Amino acid sequence: MGGKVVTITSGKGGVGKTTTTANIGVALARLNQKVVLIDADIGLRNLDIVMGLENRIVYDLVDVVEGRCKPRQAMIKHKSFPELYLIPAAQTRDKTAVSPADMIQLTDTLRTEFDFIIIDSPAGIERGFRNAVAPADEVLIVTNPEVSAVRDADRVIGLLEAENKGPGQLILNRAKQDMIRKGEMLSPEDVTDLLAIKLIGIVPEDELVIPSSNSGIPVTLNDNSKAGEAFRNIARRLMGEDVPLTPLTESKGLFKRIARLFAGG
Amino acid sequence: MPNLFDRVFGRSAPPGSKKSGNMAKERLQFVLIHDRIHLPPEKLDAMKREILAVISKYVSIDNDHVDIALQQRDRNSLLIAEIPFLKTNEGIEEEESNIKTDDDL
Repeated sequence: MGGKVVTITSGKGGVGKTTTTANIGVALARLNQKVVLIDADIGLRNLDIVMGLENRIVYDLVDVVEGRCKPRQAMIKHKSFPELYLIPAAQTRDKTAVSPADMIQLTDTLRTEFDFIIIDSPAGIERGFRNAVAPADEVLIVTNPEVSAVRDADRVIGLLEAENKGPGQLILNRAKQDMIRKGEMLSPEDVTDLLAIKLIGIVPEDELVIPSSNSGIPVTLNDNSKAGEAFRNIARRLMGEDVPLTPLTESKGLFKRIARLFAGG
Repeated sequence: MPNLFDRVFGRSAPPGSKKSGNMAKERLQFVLIHDRIHLPPEKLDAMKREILAVISKYVSIDNDHVDIALQQRDRNSLLIAEIPFLKTNEGIEEEESNIKTDDDL
């Protein structure tokens, strides 16, 4: 069967699906994997700009599906990783331009050549979501520690279970250690208790993420980034390596706590 | 009141206020249970009343100690009911006579 198809989805928009897709793709490429990313958010193309590949697009996903070009012709090679490619979304069409069967057919072709085919799903639970999930061997659900994102993640997990694609694994994105410590944010334990699925990664909130998107260089290439490290660990776990989850609420040290206590907080 | 030990180890909530993280978890626990089985709280209450009405036709129920609630086991939902009966013979006889009148109608 060859390569593995991994779909990244969330239900709610704006939780960091595209950033996650770009970073996991780059992290896998850095581990010498052959990777192709597919932007399945037809009509709202954006994985290309996060990856820094927006100026090289000739053909897109709909061109491939409708037979105007070969998959190879629509694949944009990454500047730094010769084995990392992107198939961009079409901008002038909508979700109905592609069917779940089209996605299965395309990924079956790509499986023979690549180790990982990573699909960036659109938000929502409609046609675009079904297209993205149809060919998946594994589904990663991205959520944030917020009531709206967790509720939507639960809904998506339910839909995945109903389609025998579930329950999938969870990526908790934008966790803020200081807020969790103060009890003002759902902790990773709270979220896994609620959703009852396995956690594949906890990505801390990191101010380096937006500058890296600004420059089109995914943050996982920055060795000083905590979020980048979390994405590298997720990539290793996807490859079957047993990388323990590093607890986010790591001890700040007894002295700091005492100092905080005497500072009145 | 949290003691000094708890504060040093960062384990306590400040007195008098419930942390919003816990509120989020409790609210989600409640809403997810209903989302998963597509049964809003009012409908669940109506179902409970109907279940109790059916049982009451046959046995006297100790209504003060009834506990019917949805529970989660992993991602599966189940209804757990604890419905104790009244011990008094009088109560049961009364209920039986009610059934007879229902049948007569």
